[in-house]
Amino acid sequence: MSENVYIIGAGIHPFGRTQERSGREQGVYAVRQALEDAGLEWADIECAYGGSAAAGNADIMVNELGLTALPFVNVANGCATGGSAIASAQQAVASGMYDLALAVGFDKHPRGAFNAQPADYGLPEWYGETGMMLTTQFFALKIQRYMQLHGISRTTLGRVAEKAFRNGAKAPHAWRRSPIDLETIMNAPMINDPLTKFMFCSPAEGGVALILASEKKARELGALGDGKSVKIAKVAFKTRPPDSFEVFQAGISIKEGGKPTVLAARAAFEGAGIGPEDIDVAQLQDTESGAEIMHMAENGFCKDGDQEEWLANGWSEVDGKLPINTDGGCLACGEPIGASGLRQVYENVEQLRGRAGERQVSGRDGDGPKTAYSHVYGAPGISAVAIMER
Amino acid sequence: MAEKIDPDLWSEGPNPQLMGGRLPSGEIVFPMPVGDAARDVEPYKLSRTGTLWSWTTQGFLPKEPYIGPGSNEGPNGEPSPPDFQPFLLGYVELPGEVIVESRIVDAALEDLSLNIPVEFCIVPFSNRHDTYAFRPIAAQQEDTA
Repeated sequence: MSENVYIIGAGIHPFGRTQERSGREQGVYAVRQALEDAGLEWADIECAYGGSAAAGNADIMVNELGLTALPFVNVANGCATGGSAIASAQQAVASGMYDLALAVGFDKHPRGAFNAQPADYGLPEWYGETGMMLTTQFFALKIQRYMQLHGISRTTLGRVAEKAFRNGAKAPHAWRRSPIDLETIMNAPMINDPLTKFMFCSPAEGGVALILASEKKARELGALGDGKSVKIAKVAFKTRPPDSFEVFQAGISIKEGGKPTVLAARAAFEGAGIGPEDIDVAQLQDTESGAEIMHMAENGFCKDGDQEEWLANGWSEVDGKLPINTDGGCLACGEPIGASGLRQVYENVEQLRGRAGERQVSGRDGDGPKTAYSHVYGAPGISAVAIMER
Repeated sequence: MAEKIDPDLWSEGPNPQLMGGRLPSGEIVFPMPVGDAARDVEPYKLSRTGTLWSWTTQGFLPKEPYIGPGSNEGPNGEPSPPDFQPFLLGYVELPGEVIVESRIVDAALEDLSLNIPVEFCIVPFSNRHDTYAFRPIAAQQEDTA
């Protein structure tokens, strides 16, 4: 039987562009904030897992944080770096081996769309040379087909982005902090049809740190209880099953296969012993507007096609029946790959502790959400889900 | 005729076909695997016709490793045509075989819809290279009429 694991400290370096700090310095900033939040010193941390995709090794942070000789594992798992860091930290504590663990992610990317090298993904050079190896194209191709099959309108894509910027305006850590109206979003330059400029997130910078504790340690520190910590009910992490449709595929099977998000969601719900209807607030991967729409269904929150009604009725707004991406998600925060998945957990930790300020979800009884759901998806077909409770 | 963007990507002859592979299980894959992954995979000539599975536009200049029009230079430093041309791309379902990603040519965005019939063709890519594409079958007939 594994131990219960709690998140007792959370820190974030604001997302966006911070010229004066390297990616790692943003990570260090987040760690210091998380330590302060938990009332701990760096020397108290027993093990650490962290990484970035483009801003160097995380274990170098000990130069700034202190040479305490703790084991610090660098995580390099692309879009799942943050998800892998928290999954590893959770396992380290759940196993009973450690009582206090750190999960940290940070990044700093150049402007513009990511450029990937075919060889890194086991693909032939011509795929990149002819201009078909772009993540933005994949998302457009996936939502284009989904819209035809399930009757999703372009306006619904626009509404997702409009909501994101409205929520981002209320989140101090967000990058885009001004609302943008639906008409501007719809009439913005087309990136890959049907997705306009404002329907895509941008590569960005930022850092997030979370401190995980065993139940015994959390009790000892006086960190158990409402507003202080949240319990991790389940973390599930899956790579793609056969015949799935993922980013960077020159060929797809004609058989309709499974989806890594569906598998991760199912495993997380089973492990937590609850269902989608029990979730009070959710952060879903929204690399672009279509991703949020498809991920609502893949994670089990609605049926394919129902998103049209959800967005029209505001059911995923902060005051809706299931608030989704309450800090504006990737659309408003940008996507520093190493930090992004941990931001989706950070936001839920703040929501569950009732510290989300203007964007605080009121929950079913008006005393805040009791359950929260964080989902990340990325290349080459990976998904991680964390369910938390208070 | 220009050089192929990859010498093994499609077959020679008057009616070239995209090259896929047949796994021992009978499943057809694209592209044909290389190296150790190609062991026990039989080269397989894919159907020249299929239906449109999805599509999108590429309106901005892709970053490196893209070497087509608008990129600074080709693989040997030779200049490419100076101006990027937006293009269409999509996935084409080859019935009973596999769904392949491809450029879509001889069509405008508004001509495209789910499941329209398309056929394989070879098109100029840059001053130096040809690449493959699919085009709507109806549109091609109008052009030749």
